[in-house]
Amino acid sequence: MSILGNRVLRREDPKFLTSGGTYVGDLDLPGAVHLTFVRSTVAHARLASLDVEKARAAAGVRGVYLNADLGVAPLPPGMPMLNQDMTRPVLAEGVVRFVGEPIVVIAADTLTDGADAAELVVIDYDPLPVVVDPEEALKDEALLYPEIGTNNCFALQFGHDETLFDGCDVVVRQKMINQRVAPCPLEGRSSAAEVAADGRLTFYASTQTAHGVRDSLAKALAVEPDRVHVISPDVGGGFGAKGSVYPEDVIVAWVAQHLGRPARWTETRSESMLGLGHGRAQVQEVEIGGTRDGQILAYRIDVLQDSGAYPDIGAVLPFMTRTMATGVYAIKRGECSSNSVVTNTVPTVAYRGAGRPEATAAIERAIDCFAAEVGVDAAEVRRRNLIGAGDFPYTTPTGTEYDSGDYLRAFDLALEMSGYDELRREQRRRRDAGDKRQLGIGISTYVEITNGIPEGEYGAVEVRPDGRAIVRTGSSAHGQGHHTAWSMLVSDQLGIPMEDIDVIHGDTDIVPRGVGTFGSRSLQSGGSAVHLAAIEVVDKAKALAADLFEAAPGDIVLDAHGGQFHVAGTPALAKGWAEVARAALDKDGEPLMAEVDIPSTGSTFPFGTHVSVVEVDTETGSVELKRHIAVDDAGRILNPLLAEGQVHGGIAQGVAQALLEEFRYDGEGNPLTSNFADYSIITAMELPHFERAFTETPTTKNPLGAKGIGESGTIGSAPAVHNAVVDALSVFGIRHVDMPLTPERVWGAIAAARLGD
Amino acid sequence: MIPAAFDYERASSIDEAVGLLTEHGDEAKLIAGGHSLLPLMKLRLATPSVLVDLGGIADLAYISDTGDQLAIGALSTHHQVATDPLVLRYLPLLAHVAAQVGDPQVRHRGTIGGSIAHGDPASDLPAVVLALGGTLVLSGAGGRSREVAAAEFHLGFLETAIGADEILTEIRVPKLTGAWGFEKLTKRAQDWAIVGAVVVSSNGASSSEGSDSSDGRSVGVALINMGSVPLRAAAVEAAIAAGESPAEAARHASDEADPAADINASVEFRRHLATVLVQRALETALT
Amino acid sequence: MQISITINGSEVAADVEARTLLVQYIRDVAGLKGTNIGCDTTSCGACTVLLDGQSVKSCTVLAAQVAGRQVTTIEGLAEADGTMHPVQRAFHENHGLQCGFCTPGMVMAITSLLAERPPDAAPITAEEVRLGLEGNLCRCTGYHNIVVAALAASRVPELQS
Repeated sequence: MSILGNRVLRREDPKFLTSGGTYVGDLDLPGAVHLTFVRSTVAHARLASLDVEKARAAAGVRGVYLNADLGVAPLPPGMPMLNQDMTRPVLAEGVVRFVGEPIVVIAADTLTDGADAAELVVIDYDPLPVVVDPEEALKDEALLYPEIGTNNCFALQFGHDETLFDGCDVVVRQKMINQRVAPCPLEGRSSAAEVAADGRLTFYASTQTAHGVRDSLAKALAVEPDRVHVISPDVGGGFGAKGSVYPEDVIVAWVAQHLGRPARWTETRSESMLGLGHGRAQVQEVEIGGTRDGQILAYRIDVLQDSGAYPDIGAVLPFMTRTMATGVYAIKRGECSSNSVVTNTVPTVAYRGAGRPEATAAIERAIDCFAAEVGVDAAEVRRRNLIGAGDFPYTTPTGTEYDSGDYLRAFDLALEMSGYDELRREQRRRRDAGDKRQLGIGISTYVEITNGIPEGEYGAVEVRPDGRAIVRTGSSAHGQGHHTAWSMLVSDQLGIPMEDIDVIHGDTDIVPRGVGTFGSRSLQSGGSAVHLAAIEVVDKAKALAADLFEAAPGDIVLDAHGGQFHVAGTPALAKGWAEVARAALDKDGEPLMAEVDIPSTGSTFPFGTHVSVVEVDTETGSVELKRHIAVDDAGRILNPLLAEGQVHGGIAQGVAQALLEEFRYDGEGNPLTSNFADYSIITAMELPHFERAFTETPTTKNPLGAKGIGESGTIGSAPAVHNAVVDALSVFGIRHVDMPLTPERVWGAIAAARLGD
Repeated sequence: MIPAAFDYERASSIDEAVGLLTEHGDEAKLIAGGHSLLPLMKLRLATPSVLVDLGGIADLAYISDTGDQLAIGALSTHHQVATDPLVLRYLPLLAHVAAQVGDPQVRHRGTIGGSIAHGDPASDLPAVVLALGGTLVLSGAGGRSREVAAAEFHLGFLETAIGADEILTEIRVPKLTGAWGFEKLTKRAQDWAIVGAVVVSSNGASSSEGSDSSDGRSVGVALINMGSVPLRAAAVEAAIAAGESPAEAARHASDEADPAADINASVEFRRHLATVLVQRALETALT
Repeated sequence: MQISITINGSEVAADVEARTLLVQYIRDVAGLKGTNIGCDTTSCGACTVLLDGQSVKSCTVLAAQVAGRQVTTIEGLAEADGTMHPVQRAFHENHGLQCGFCTPGMVMAITSLLAERPPDAAPITAEEVRLGLEGNLCRCTGYHNIVVAALAASRVPELQS
């Protein structure tokens, strides 16, 4: 009986529960200077003057640096396909482009010294025209980079077929805004650096990719990667925003090199809201067309992506939106084009879902709009248009090949779990009664792409003469429970108990290579690598055991339950892993180990259906999420406990976007929601107990048959909640309202609809 | 995150506290639970050079029955107010609202005196005390004290009748003789009210001027976050006293209000909410 | 100024600036890093500790305000022999944590919430747990398993005295 597929409790927990995790800010770094950044309070301006002399002279200050002092080259844009001239100086050079951009860095003995000295810095700004709205930015009037001459940093123009909607009885057009949100991991950015006597840099990072940080830092500091040792201790959440190096990280390393003292920085929440990359921020023009009896024939989405002031991975996410544009539906004709523009705002990054929540949100709203237009129930329109279980692999009009799926099965299960028919009856009752509290039922059927960026992963399994196994993984867990999951995989193959297996990640000296954890890739890539390494180490062990038994390797049996080797037929004469590992060392001084560099296993496509039930107070606009039902399919589930946790967290973030969260700016680029009091991050009170289930439709793309699950909850949930609210408001003839569906938004739609009566 | 530097003085008596206020003038601020002041200081929006801690003064946290009123020591925490048997029995409205201030951790530290003295119009408790017709006791040097009616206590935005050399030491609230209603709209449960309405109905003694018509009933109505100070909705009170229905009376909800627009609501939305919430609170209190 | 605070049963004395927050005293003076700082607006609750048994946000308390009093942090919750408190155990058994950053604050908040319940009160409901956690933010778990853990802990006999 395999341990795989079981609800195994996390081995990580005891430490976190009794003494707490060790995050970068917790590390003991004697003699370290604390860095404080002075950041722009203006969205777009030339830096007329910078007076740092008083700060330099303040108590405890060891150095105050401007960009010119650092001599570090500007960082290139986050992805190679972006306009490469839109580079980012690590500290503002002559001009600031968003509120929060760092201008000055102060190194001081204590955080308090730094905070006090920061108050003494005087900056004069010469304001420049500000552009915050991406539609305005597209006009190229107020330019962030006048010398470049455009705000457009990335365009995907795939043509515009004028005949796309030919043959459609009905075409519905809708503009939609997928609003800017902030990832808000509970631990913000934090890094530290110390330089050894030989000049080698050790860098502590709160990151999703230790090796990525190593390579980026090495490049920024103009040194070879092997001169940089990155250690990622515990990380308090990432959600896609900690997938790369920030300018502040480079500066932390530089200060350590420059002062010859360790340097450390832990941002405050207010800094984080203005510095950690933001998410979403798309304006979408959506068109959907089909027949009167509800068959969808064509779909187009044009995306305008807000990149923020310095283009990063957020700017290329429309590519992912395009990849998943037509969703779960067998739509023959589909198009997606995009423009990405810079604005005087915080740069956008690959926040949980990274382009796919935007795709799903658009088409799921479009389906509901189309259903309303043709007068067919929204569930029925979906049912009629789902890609059939027998049609895989399936290639979409935007060229994406889905591996496997059974969308109808998840769909039917979700509707059954929700008691859909009874919900519609209750809705009818309330409508007939003119109840102030209307019920809304929303559905979202989604498919998404995981392991979307074609990279492999590293995994190694070593067994030591004491019988313990050491797993090294290129994955970079920040809450996902990889230590538990990878020990399950290894224990399953080797028969060594989980408590005798150590898993190491995030140390670039101990783990020689790795890609990291993002895009819901770790189980299928990192897990597969570890799984294959485990199988390989068993083969090596059998060969060694064969020598010990003086038998043929083919006659050696590993009893994976007890972790003992014996010759077939004589199980009583057994040798354990410790003895075999000792034999490996004795033989040629090499440990018993297998390393696997698994090439990219290819993308996989998890899917599901979510159903949301909301109650809308039509007098106040207040929305309460009464129930949320989620059926998700991520192929073979390794540990349902961990997978459920990922879905729970994902749902919360999707609901948050639908109902509450929006990062807002005023017209001058001043942020209005730059701390946890003003930004409506979702709490336990706004969420119900989730009702959920998994279906398992395996994939053949990797040895584990697994797809990613980390982002599915977010992708599937927001559109269901969104559709539910609009469904409730449909009694007023309302057909679309943008997220977040705050009381003001909802009431505003009702009031406008009533005026139109 | 880190406040500017300040000197800290721990007062062991009211006299000592007042003395320190007099000595340091504008540069000094009082701190009780600290949950109004410290958040401002951490963002350096407030930078007093002297903090006078009232936390060490014995006997400023109490709740006692004085006959037709409850006397509540200013340093009583929200948690104490929310769970006190006397409050639960005689002022269930106050217990209900105190139980919703912030979150449990905030309620263990924040004080009713701190909340009232801070006087934020978006805060629930000042409006509740106003609707209940409460009285604030201000203590000065040498054992002096004076009483200020809640209706005269809030002078402007975050500005109260507390003199430079005075400390709010007690809140006196008449016991409820009738029903009450409390409605507020928030985005998230823990948020400040976008708009809130408090209705107190009394059997007998009127709680506002000119509302002793024999046709109607007597109510005290206060609004949360509808202006620069906690507001009595006098026009609503008069309408109810004149015999109008809750729906009719509620139409006057924002007659004297001057609500501001912010990221949660436009002026128009606030005015609309005031009408809706006042009506609901009236219906609860009067049926 | 010279102050002393009892943390997890031990007196911790130091000379600190008046503006030192309790959370800084706990982390930097007492060296107990389990209590975390997650925000600067008293919103997130990651810094929650017990003050004389009641949950407080240690980022919004000056160390000076609580001189001479008893503070319990996550490090002080388990027994001396390492036996976990029922709330800690319930979190483990119900997968109530992922990245762990909010966890010490959550555990302390729930410990206080359950301890504060009158012995004759009805069993705590999920709704009451959620209300009791208004001051604690989590981004990883969606709160689902945290609520399950709190309810599980509430049913442990030793917490119902």
